[in-house]
Amino acid sequence: MANQEKKQSFGEKLLRTDVLYTLICIVIGFIVGAILLALAGISPAVAYGKLVDGVFSKPKYVVWSIVYATPIILTGLSVAFSFKTGVFNIGAEGQFVVGSLAAVCVGIFCPLPKPLHILLCLLAAAVAGGLWSMLVAILKVKRGINEVLSFIMFNWIAYYLSNYVVNIGAVHKTGEGEATKDILETASMTFKTGNAAVDKFLGGGASYSIVFAVLAAIIIAFILDKTTLGYKLKAVGFNKHAAQYGGINANKEILTALTISGMLAGLGGACQLMGMGNRISQFSSQEMYGFQGITVALIASSNPIGCIFAGLFYGAMKYGGTKLSLVNAPNEIVNIIMGTIIFFIAIAPALKKAILKTRGGK
Amino acid sequence: MEFTKDLGLLINAMMTYTPPLLLAALGSCFSERSGVINIGIEGMMTIGAFVGAATALTFGNPWIAFLCGGLAGALFGLLHAIACISYQADQTISGTAINFLAPGLAVFLCKTFYDNSTDTPALQPSMKLPKFFDGIFPVGSFGYNAICNYSVAYLSILLVLVIWFVFYKTKFGMRLRACGESPEACDTLGINVYGVRYVCVILSGLLAGFGGAYVTLATVSQFRPIVIVGQGFMAIAAVIFGKFKPQGAMWACLLFGLCNGIKVLASQGNAVSPNLISMIPYVVTILALVLFVGAARVPAANGRPFEKAK
Repeated sequence: MANQEKKQSFGEKLLRTDVLYTLICIVIGFIVGAILLALAGISPAVAYGKLVDGVFSKPKYVVWSIVYATPIILTGLSVAFSFKTGVFNIGAEGQFVVGSLAAVCVGIFCPLPKPLHILLCLLAAAVAGGLWSMLVAILKVKRGINEVLSFIMFNWIAYYLSNYVVNIGAVHKTGEGEATKDILETASMTFKTGNAAVDKFLGGGASYSIVFAVLAAIIIAFILDKTTLGYKLKAVGFNKHAAQYGGINANKEILTALTISGMLAGLGGACQLMGMGNRISQFSSQEMYGFQGITVALIASSNPIGCIFAGLFYGAMKYGGTKLSLVNAPNEIVNIIMGTIIFFIAIAPALKKAILKTRGGK
Repeated sequence: MEFTKDLGLLINAMMTYTPPLLLAALGSCFSERSGVINIGIEGMMTIGAFVGAATALTFGNPWIAFLCGGLAGALFGLLHAIACISYQADQTISGTAINFLAPGLAVFLCKTFYDNSTDTPALQPSMKLPKFFDGIFPVGSFGYNAICNYSVAYLSILLVLVIWFVFYKTKFGMRLRACGESPEACDTLGINVYGVRYVCVILSGLLAGFGGAYVTLATVSQFRPIVIVGQGFMAIAAVIFGKFKPQGAMWACLLFGLCNGIKVLASQGNAVSPNLISMIPYVVTILALVLFVGAARVPAANGRPFEKAK
């Protein structure tokens, strides 16, 4: 009897966790994707098989997926952090871009020994991203200008700024392609172990940029949960007016939150640059890292540690998606699946409430 | 002579860029003023752009295609409405979902129907939205550039008048504005808040779809994945800039359009980097906001789900 009661309460508990609903949403996303694929005359089994295969069948694929995940974990953290304070950082895209720009400049022009060079690049990126976001925060706090509007503008300014810098003579790579020079080897996070067998096992893309993303997530989780700053930020996020009444300077906290949020997105730019491309190419359209960060934050319900897993999931989907053309399946199915997942995450709270209500009534 | 030609080009570039933005911004006005944030405008424009191009290629009639593009946008508006109104979803989350779903679906369908290509074939001239006063002015003259624009460019300006009238001179307009300020009060007075918001959000999708279809049917003549990129967000920016008023959004769109025109003119010489010139619209917007426009008052209930008391 007691046992049964315990079991039931476990079931109850399960129904109350957000993780369960997120997982259900992910399943629904894949089902909707499968239906669409089937309607388009493509076997979902083949396409999804390729997706899974493309991520897990070789260690180097897994390595690539992690490398793909790293920048979006960081932009995800950036957006999640802003959500916690009740503002919406739709400008992670631009902060990411200026972050990678700052890192590329330091990476090319400041020759330094290895660990120092990498740290300086990361610092430059964080400062650049932070400042870019802080400008918007200042406009919001001092002039009351809606942050969504100025973030959108700043995204585009960053976009063209990057294309401008890429084409400056001193930065531009002579000869091939529309891109910057490669950053110095000392600034790169890609690595070779020197052991041919291990390097073959890991593939050419191995990079330890993920370490910084995980570290950042842990630090952010710590700030939010264990510090006065985190408490204040969350208080402003819950109810700005109540926080203000309680003696918290809401404007100051918003400024701080958006600056930290921008720093995270800037770091994302640096990790993408130093962990994968080692150079910035001219954009032909926005790279979407910031917008993918929004998705990561939403899947993670703005939990910093959750962002690691949501980012890995998205990174794997992105990398696996690139293989879909091999079976003639449009890789846009990845976006459709992600969109469906977020859509159901959006309506999940209402469903959860309804489910808990019916159970409560029993 | 040189000056009038430049002025003609300026107006032309402005009137090419403004209408899709304006259509989407007017849609956004409906949604935001009724209390529902719609950042899915971008996605709704993209699906409108694809459906517009695809139906034009299938049926050959640009007006039917234009309508279908709008309806495709409206369909996603309905989706957004169901989530935000019936299920009290977080409006930003639902909008973000639509920004992934709709463009993803557009390119997915494009690849399915057009031989795995991300672009549709180019539209024949007969499938494009007609120009007014075509053939009256010699090609390249001031009159040709300034006046002989795409017909929808004029219709979109006319639409501002209509929507202004709806907003401020009709019962429905008053109700939709009230729903964006205090849905609880509206509910007490027996106004169907859900109904009003449903209509407004679906209208926002319809207008965004029209805006997207305009791009493929008038300006670009084919669908490509990057055909919309950013314009939906610019439309939202225009609405905030215009303080959530249809006429304000129009001025903002015209300003963006004008900046775009200046960009086109300025990039004729090779003196300045085109990338720096391309920043003009965005920098001007920020400056204008800081210097002249200032804070916009967001509708009080904007973004707040409303649950009818049982």
